[in-house]
Amino acid sequence: MLKPGQIAVVGAAESTKIGVVPELSQIGLHADAALNAMADAGLKPSDIDGLACVGPMMPQQIAHYLGIVPKWVDGTGVGGCSFMLHVRHAAAAIAAGYCNTVLITHGESGKSRIAATPRPPEPESLAGQFEAPYGPFGPPTLFPIPVLRYMKTYGVTHEHLAMVAVVQREWAAKNPRAMFRDPITVDDVLNSRMIAYPFRILQCCLVTDGGGALILTSADRAKDFPTKPVYILGTGESVETTMVSQMEDFTSSRAFRVAGPTAMQAAGIKHSDVDHLMIYDAFAHLPLYGLEDLGFCKRGEAKDFIWERNTAPGGKLPLNTNGGGLSYTHTGMYGMFALQESVRQMRGTAPAQVPGAKISVCHGVGGMFSASGTVVFSNERP
Amino acid sequence: MLAPGRAKPKPTPETRHFWEGTKQGKLLLQRCGDTGKAYFPPRPFSPFTGSRNVSVFEASGRATLYSYVIHHRQVPGFTPPYAIAVVQLEEGPRMMTNIIDCPQTPEALVLDMPLEVVFEPLDEEITLPLFRPAKGGK
Repeated sequence: MLKPGQIAVVGAAESTKIGVVPELSQIGLHADAALNAMADAGLKPSDIDGLACVGPMMPQQIAHYLGIVPKWVDGTGVGGCSFMLHVRHAAAAIAAGYCNTVLITHGESGKSRIAATPRPPEPESLAGQFEAPYGPFGPPTLFPIPVLRYMKTYGVTHEHLAMVAVVQREWAAKNPRAMFRDPITVDDVLNSRMIAYPFRILQCCLVTDGGGALILTSADRAKDFPTKPVYILGTGESVETTMVSQMEDFTSSRAFRVAGPTAMQAAGIKHSDVDHLMIYDAFAHLPLYGLEDLGFCKRGEAKDFIWERNTAPGGKLPLNTNGGGLSYTHTGMYGMFALQESVRQMRGTAPAQVPGAKISVCHGVGGMFSASGTVVFSNERP
Repeated sequence: MLAPGRAKPKPTPETRHFWEGTKQGKLLLQRCGDTGKAYFPPRPFSPFTGSRNVSVFEASGRATLYSYVIHHRQVPGFTPPYAIAVVQLEEGPRMMTNIIDCPQTPEALVLDMPLEVVFEPLDEEITLPLFRPAKGGK
């Protein structure tokens, strides 16, 4: 088992532009973010000997495009949290001596769709046979499928679920790179265009272009880099099912319940140690599920925790401080941007900086509650 | 016959019995021989124990409404707004489906309402199991 703080992030950057970036294709967004991260770390492509990016055949595409000769690659593609898993796998690979310096890249032309990858389920797949015929049309129709059951079980109201978007917009207002920054009210959310009841457009994530990249190395080497190292204290991962209709419990994600506690136990931290939290918010219910499945709230209590502004600016547990997938950006695989915000918070460079934050938990989801990855960061080596 | 345009399932060797069943007006599930528990979607082994000791049986077709969304955008084969539902079958497994013979509104679609299966042909090859509010108050 890796010791907390054995591996560190020494380079982190997003693509130069995020939002609407029609001048770059998908691979161009990967490269732009990777070059920015290498500049941040003071490295050249020849200094990188490990590479992780999402999906089949992607490591070789990105390695060749950037001129990297890797000794270790990871093409894990489990949706938007794949990058949390890449961090976990890269940390293990560095500790095992397979490589020294790992680059993790993301690029997605989610909005402009320039050389983007289509993702329809194959008609022979289980989702293609047993979900697709009933009219799902992308994540907005599938991810919220469990919500009405969750609402009935815990007495969650439409207002509670609107408040998630309201609070995240407050964070986004502090962030010049956030796509949506104007304040909104619960009424604004509940009067916005209906997409898939119970969710309206302001409860669904953005669809944007963008990229991000991270560079990891051993903590012993990290002190030689230009930026303040951000240490990895613990990580966790799991998967459940590609079919949201088949998830074990509609009020809780099994993948969350494995990944989150695994990471926090590996880090050796308590909930009260956490200064900053990111929970991948593709839709408004995800922060509620995440707060409960990671144990920050008891079952059914996340609705009040958010309503009472505990996660808002000035609250005791700042959550999704970049504005999240709902207001900051969401390329399709937002996990990389959640990780970037955790790193900024630990470096002390976030637009909405949490004063004195020492520990950040970054929790991702992939697919429709299909997969999960969690990373615990700190700016202090234990 | 359902309106054209829906995504059409393509059966595999492991699922063909299910789609043959719906064509004959039967909702076929499978049961683990070790635990006696029913499961779905089809596979030739038990998801509970890994045992290959499994059998196919006909479900009652009775279910309750477990959760859903009502989609408001245009999708081929559907007239919005339409509900994409998950039903809880009497035998235990859940499945995605559509609810027919019922207004597609939150007021009419009440969680836990009793439902019954109906079989609607998509074409000559595929018949989909859909659900409607149960008649006779079962």
